[in-house]
Amino acid sequence: MPRLNVNGKSLDYEADADTPLLWVLREQLGLTGTKYGCGIAQCGACTVHVDGAPVRACALPAAAVQPTQKITTIEGLSADGSHPLQKAWVALDVPQCGYCQSGMIMAAAALLADKPKPSDADIDAAITNICRCGTYNRVRAAIRQASGQAPRSAALDIVHVVRS
Amino acid sequence: MDTFELSRRGFIGSAAALSGGFMLGFPTRAAAQGAAPEINAWVVVQPDERVIIRIARSEMGQGTLTGLAQLVAEELGCDWARVSTEYPTPGQNLARNRVWGNFSTGGSRGIRESHDYVRKGGAAARMMLVQAAADAWKVPAAECRVAAGVITHPASGRRTGYGQVAAAAAKLAPPAEVPLKDPKDWTLAGKRLARLDTVDKTTGAQVYGADLKLPGMLNAAIRKCPVFGGKVRGYDAAAVLKRPGVKKVLTVDGNAVAVVADTWWRAKTALDALAIDWDLGEHATASSTAFAQVLKAGLDADGAAPGNRHGDAKAALAGAARVVSAVYGYPHQNHATMETMNATAKWTAATAGTAARCEVWTPTQNGEAALAATAAAAGLPPSQCEVYKIHLGGGFGRRGAVHDWVRQAVLIAKELPGTPVKLLWSREEDMAQGAYHPVTMCKLQAALDANGDVQGLHMRISGQSIVAGIFPQNIRDGRDPVVFQGLNDGGGEAMIGYAIPNLLIDHAMRNPHVPPGFWRGVNLNQNAIYLECFIDEIAHATRQDPLLLRRKLMTGFPKHRAVLDAVAERAGWGRPAPDVAGQKVFRGLAQTHGFGSYVAACAEVSVSPRGELTVHRIVAATDCGHAVNPQQIEAQIEGSFVYGLSAALYGECTVKDGAIEQKNFDGYPVMRMDRMPKVESIVMPSGGFWGGVGEPTIAVAAPAVLNAIFAATGKRIRELPLKNQLQRA
Repeated sequence: MPRLNVNGKSLDYEADADTPLLWVLREQLGLTGTKYGCGIAQCGACTVHVDGAPVRACALPAAAVQPTQKITTIEGLSADGSHPLQKAWVALDVPQCGYCQSGMIMAAAALLADKPKPSDADIDAAITNICRCGTYNRVRAAIRQASGQAPRSAALDIVHVVRS
Repeated sequence: MDTFELSRRGFIGSAAALSGGFMLGFPTRAAAQGAAPEINAWVVVQPDERVIIRIARSEMGQGTLTGLAQLVAEELGCDWARVSTEYPTPGQNLARNRVWGNFSTGGSRGIRESHDYVRKGGAAARMMLVQAAADAWKVPAAECRVAAGVITHPASGRRTGYGQVAAAAAKLAPPAEVPLKDPKDWTLAGKRLARLDTVDKTTGAQVYGADLKLPGMLNAAIRKCPVFGGKVRGYDAAAVLKRPGVKKVLTVDGNAVAVVADTWWRAKTALDALAIDWDLGEHATASSTAFAQVLKAGLDADGAAPGNRHGDAKAALAGAARVVSAVYGYPHQNHATMETMNATAKWTAATAGTAARCEVWTPTQNGEAALAATAAAAGLPPSQCEVYKIHLGGGFGRRGAVHDWVRQAVLIAKELPGTPVKLLWSREEDMAQGAYHPVTMCKLQAALDANGDVQGLHMRISGQSIVAGIFPQNIRDGRDPVVFQGLNDGGGEAMIGYAIPNLLIDHAMRNPHVPPGFWRGVNLNQNAIYLECFIDEIAHATRQDPLLLRRKLMTGFPKHRAVLDAVAERAGWGRPAPDVAGQKVFRGLAQTHGFGSYVAACAEVSVSPRGELTVHRIVAATDCGHAVNPQQIEAQIEGSFVYGLSAALYGECTVKDGAIEQKNFDGYPVMRMDRMPKVESIVMPSGGFWGGVGEPTIAVAAPAVLNAIFAATGKRIRELPLKNQLQRA
């Protein structure tokens, strides 16, 4: 029986050879935080980490992942939602519908692991995920906040003026 | 495999269903005397002081769940930290004489159409809780005070919590008179409170329809004839029934084929392997290019339905010193919600003593419409059906008026009695079977006098009517009133903000075979482009400043003008914009009124020598009357620009051989992080009315950017989307 190492656990699964990692995670292992959006690695809703690297699980056959490779999904990013990105996401009320946000957070976590203080250009290059609700500016702000970069209004890209 | 552990919060019905128990919905008043008394339809107070607020509208990211809870909690006077929410079911609403009112969540109506009765629900519950305490203390209720769910009687020093008196309060008759607070006295509503539904969206715990799993559930994939109106002629089911996990292959509604399997991936791949013989029907050769000729002919055709008319625009044009004219066009677009259409249905056959029953779990913007679709597909009365609303992975109008996916799920489940079946559309199916933004063209002609002043305007819209496609019974004398969004003469919903002496806005309805839908922003999107870009054209043709020309035309429209002035002032209109990275930056303006709110935008763009567009900043203002949660309004404004600019820059569904050509996000690009401008929101509620916020600002994004592009390049973009129209070799 094939086996995957997911979120620190070695798990057996049953699936046809061509089954993408996404559908093994969702349908065999019950990890539905990783989402289906396009099936062709375009939208990033299915982003997980394989040995720390961001991977679009919808286009990667599960059989191509070795049992020794470490897969991390949104459920395994932290035990209790305490990853700095998750905390920043909550603090800035980033999600709207939320469907793409697991993939966004996983892409951002891989970025921060690689570049602890990413520039705006780094963020643009690394976060190519699609969000139809339009949370991009808050995603950027949360990444900057989680990376300890001083929230300047220009960097936050969010400025509000309330008049009444 | 484990099934989900679902929390009760926001999830009535599912927990009971998942445990395999009989669906009770939530406790009615009679059943509620025990653990969690229902004070009234909107408010449940638990003995441990936790408060559950019922939300009838659907949360799809727009924040209505939090905003509506704030309005109830404001009047209830409870402790916000102990508030949670839940959805009543459409079946319960029906059974209780629609006590929760309208479930429809579209047209930016969530808050603006229910603020009155939800606040009264909160206020009535507070009055009953206070009365219960006063009765116990044998003091007049008027002497009691309430703060954060604690009732006190200052004269005697007594105090108690809502939870302690809830059971007694639930037995009281509701008050006849329920006065509401003046919004200026709000302490919870109107505040920048954090959303109630964020944490689970950061951990993967939030369950969407696509994630649902019921015991014994099977999964279905479906393909409907890609040519709208086509039918299934045949297929070789035996070829895929041998595949592992495949349980059933069936025709759905005569126009689609579904494969049911143990997993969705197996169902989907089996469907991909199935050769289907289609009867493509009468539209097999239809194309967007052919239909463009129909639209073009409509621009000058007789018999158009007038939407806004005063004076004599045609006479003004005939006698004008100068006529400025232009033709614009706006394409079909797909909503492209991140979560594709899906529904889980369970058909339970009748037995001796129990009637047949059909239940559906689905993300929907309108639970009642989903229930109606369920009942119609099941062939059962609605009382034998139920719909459980699941959190939506985007709605944008696709999941509101038409529930085609629910119908399909029910028809499939009916063939597998007793087995829940989850139907999930592939992205390709979602792109091919949309409810598309209507396609239109518009011809605008302005009559100018010798001074260059606008004496007349004829705006002819030619094209598709959403109402004719979805609610044809609402077409009166060939007229679709929704076509004129943002162009109406008065009214609180969507009115033109210009005083033009001779005005004619009319519509030549031309409907293609492509099914239309209400697409976030609806007809305001293209109407604002048409009018606001054309006003800019007039300004340039008459060498006037676009802001000053607008202001001149806006006499009698102070609220339209106030939002425009606000963005112009903040953006620095009239002063040159600072260069960015050595490139000159140019500005464009737009304003409109829609979904009850006044909105304006000023965009700043640069265009490189090679024709690459950068949108640097958009300053947006909205006057929505009352602002229930400014932070969520700002999030809606930011997001609306992604939706509006995705449409303006890339959004286009084209028809070839009767079918939509775009298959997935590779052929239907949308805006991503690297194109996102800085957004500055000005929320300026002027009071006295309630406007929506989910949609209006979408409509000003595109015209503000297009006008800025003209300022930068001298090129007028009249055919949407922009695509590569600015590119230079």
